[in-house]
Amino acid sequence: MSEDILHLSAMQLDALREVGNIGAGNAATALSQIINHKIDMTVPRVAILPLGEVPDVVGGAETMVAGVYLKVYGLAPGSILFLLPYSSAFSLVDMLMGRQQGETKILSAIDESALMEIGNILAGSYLNALSHFTQLTLLPSIPALSVDMAGALLSVMLIQLGQVGDHALVIETEFSTETNDVKGHFFLIPDPGSLGTILTAIGVRS
Amino acid sequence: MAELVKVGMADYKVGCAPASLISYGLGSCVGIALFDPVAKIGGLSHIMLPDSSSAKSVENPAKFADSAIPLMVADIIRLGGIRTRIWAKIAGGAQMFAFANTMEIMRIGDRNTEAVLSILAQLNIPLRGRDTGGNYGRTVELNLEKGIFRIKTIAKGEKEL
Repeated sequence: MSEDILHLSAMQLDALREVGNIGAGNAATALSQIINHKIDMTVPRVAILPLGEVPDVVGGAETMVAGVYLKVYGLAPGSILFLLPYSSAFSLVDMLMGRQQGETKILSAIDESALMEIGNILAGSYLNALSHFTQLTLLPSIPALSVDMAGALLSVMLIQLGQVGDHALVIETEFSTETNDVKGHFFLIPDPGSLGTILTAIGVRS
Repeated sequence: MAELVKVGMADYKVGCAPASLISYGLGSCVGIALFDPVAKIGGLSHIMLPDSSSAKSVENPAKFADSAIPLMVADIIRLGGIRTRIWAKIAGGAQMFAFANTMEIMRIGDRNTEAVLSILAQLNIPLRGRDTGGNYGRTVELNLEKGIFRIKTIAKGEKEL
């Protein structure tokens, strides 16, 4: 069934939320250690959205963001996208590079590579937790960075889903530092065939 | 103020002057503006994929270049446009993320652009302008009063076709 994501039970959605919680919790801990700041994390949102509405989650298709994109390889392939509002990307780079807050005004090649490394570490810790929980081997690809409109970045993931349906299953968590200098959205979007594998692995396949 | 009609991803809208049609944040997707300059009737389509025949689900024909464009032409004619006066301007088809080993799915922007050009050629619709490729997102707006196709980007500023 191409659109079986439209028929998930409340229990299955809860189980997927727990998947997001475990992964994002691990990733938030990693981020907190790197930048030496407390990180708050929302309860993950598991949403089944029409493809065109996914960009609204981050404030609309034209919102300017920095995004780190990774493919997930292994038994349940998918995509991971770590999106930061543009101002948050600068603040995060300030923290990573030991600069004064507000010092970074434009991203240099080294700044970009630092952001990609953060994406790499977050995705790695997210998938690590997920692998343990599901007993599925999941590995991230090398990261790629783009600074542009949110809709344009998200379209890369949505196009892949568009080949089999009109909806996206999005497991999304919002991170922020206590002072709100850095906010970000972490998306896990399973490939269409992966959903069944994940549900089976966590014992809630109907 | 003239109406501004939003066109979402995998959708198309048609209308007439003085309205404008706008689609935000195109990446690898392609925006196709069709316009009859005499009747001032046109449409804007935001396609995601080149070809409906290779897809597993075709519930939404507006998602694919090959099915969306003929439907939009038919709707423009229904509103009073004349088939032979319709021209096209297109934008989008970028590759947002550069990977060392470019996977086939990453080339989707180019494939979308190629599909759109080939459908327009099949339908004998002249191409009056294009701004495709690159690695940046675009917001596109078709002004149905003047037939201007405005392209806004973050990295490369604005241009009009």
